[in-house]
Amino acid sequence: MSDHIVSAYSEELERLSADIMKMGGIAETMIVDSTRALSANDLELAKEVVLRDLLLDVIESDAERQIVSLIARRQPMGHDLRMILSAMKISSELERIGDLAKNIAKRAQRLDDNVNDEMRNAIVRMSKPVSRQLNNVLNAYASASPEKAKLVWESDDDIDNHYNSVFREMLTYLVEDPRRITAGAHMLFMAKNLERIGDHCTNIAEFVYYQVVGDYLSELERPKQDQV
Amino acid sequence: MDTTQGTPAMMDDTLTLPRSADGAQRIDCRNIKVFYGQAQAIHDVSMSFPDRAVTALIGPSGCGKSTFLRCLNRMNDTIENCRVEGEILMDGENINDEDVDPVLLRSRVGMVFQKPNPFPKSIYDNIAYGPRIHGLANGREDLDAIVEKSLRRAGLWEEVKDRLTAPGTSLSGGQQQRLCIARAIAVQPEVILMDEPCSALDPIATARIEELIDDLRSRYCIVIVTHSMQQAARVSQRTAFFHLGNLVELGDTNQIFTNPREKRTEDYITGRFG
Repeated sequence: MSDHIVSAYSEELERLSADIMKMGGIAETMIVDSTRALSANDLELAKEVVLRDLLLDVIESDAERQIVSLIARRQPMGHDLRMILSAMKISSELERIGDLAKNIAKRAQRLDDNVNDEMRNAIVRMSKPVSRQLNNVLNAYASASPEKAKLVWESDDDIDNHYNSVFREMLTYLVEDPRRITAGAHMLFMAKNLERIGDHCTNIAEFVYYQVVGDYLSELERPKQDQV
Repeated sequence: MDTTQGTPAMMDDTLTLPRSADGAQRIDCRNIKVFYGQAQAIHDVSMSFPDRAVTALIGPSGCGKSTFLRCLNRMNDTIENCRVEGEILMDGENINDEDVDPVLLRSRVGMVFQKPNPFPKSIYDNIAYGPRIHGLANGREDLDAIVEKSLRRAGLWEEVKDRLTAPGTSLSGGQQQRLCIARAIAVQPEVILMDEPCSALDPIATARIEELIDDLRSRYCIVIVTHSMQQAARVSQRTAFFHLGNLVELGDTNQIFTNPREKRTEDYITGRFG
């Protein structure tokens, strides 16, 4: 899109969009590192991920201030208006994703010796498609592609299926050995957190689509397979 | 203020044409072309204006929006070398037909200008002048009622009721503009045209006029030309974007300002026009 007559306006929008991408990047590494900490039982890394969430919060509140100022001073219209509203929504989705990743990292620090590698691997396996969803939706945002956004939106089912299968798998470990229950409960929450991250990615996809196209991805088209 | 209960003089519809139902088109323009000498200012514009709704005409300076607005009550007749082609239908009648009296037409299609232009007369006479020459009042009492009703509808009555004999020009700019609106209303028009009615007013006076436009919407077909996109977004239900004499896009105001279909509209409303 060509530049505004008032060049400072274009610069402000670019800065906002760069901040969203920065938040996306941080959230992405938080998911990867929290599960890496889990898989390697790296408590230092887990602690570091928890701290990283603060950075996300700071950028989010700064983005919010930028948005308020843009609305008050520029009275955005058309695509600019949709971009700014989407940025507001997307930043809070990313902040939530950060919270959920932080929670995984916190729980990774609380696991006892009864947890086995299969249990850890189940979560790590599930984290891969979730990270991919976030990566894809950030690509959709960066390239302003409604097609890519729609693809993310349509693939949330895979995550839901993955979650259901991890849930069942986890139950078998708990049935085998009740001493695993405490750690297992933490890991079920981790799986749930990953599933929620997938939902937030879907929301982001909806905002990207709205920003670019100006229409809403209808919730009706997408088949839901929630079983838990 | 209840604007639905009028005095007999204002509620008497024998002098006005029958009001059309909600959503009906009050004015229907077909293939309008306007020329100033050799230069064409409007290129084949067709659009209609619904009753009981505000339509905003927006676009950069020189895009033809004011020229188009002035076609609707034949104000272009007064310009020496201006020629209008096409049909402008009101109640099925072409307003450019030879047997249409432009003075009578302008009482049906009132106009408010950028700069308030009250007559150099008293507040009372500013309002009473039109009804008097059009024979809309039967005697003094009737005329008083029309003056009061018109000033009430224009939201000015409370501010001027104790000084109706003061000159219209003694009022503030915003009050003068509301006086001009009251003057337009007094002759029972069907359509009110507004050409940048707030551009000479401060934000408070502007807000008053906008509130008034919203009130008047329940009775009239209103067409407003404005340079302020925010104003168009605030007061209108439909917006038409003009560029270089063409009607580029016409749509629901909400749609035009959040998701315009045409790139030229998008560029204009977001401030990207080169």
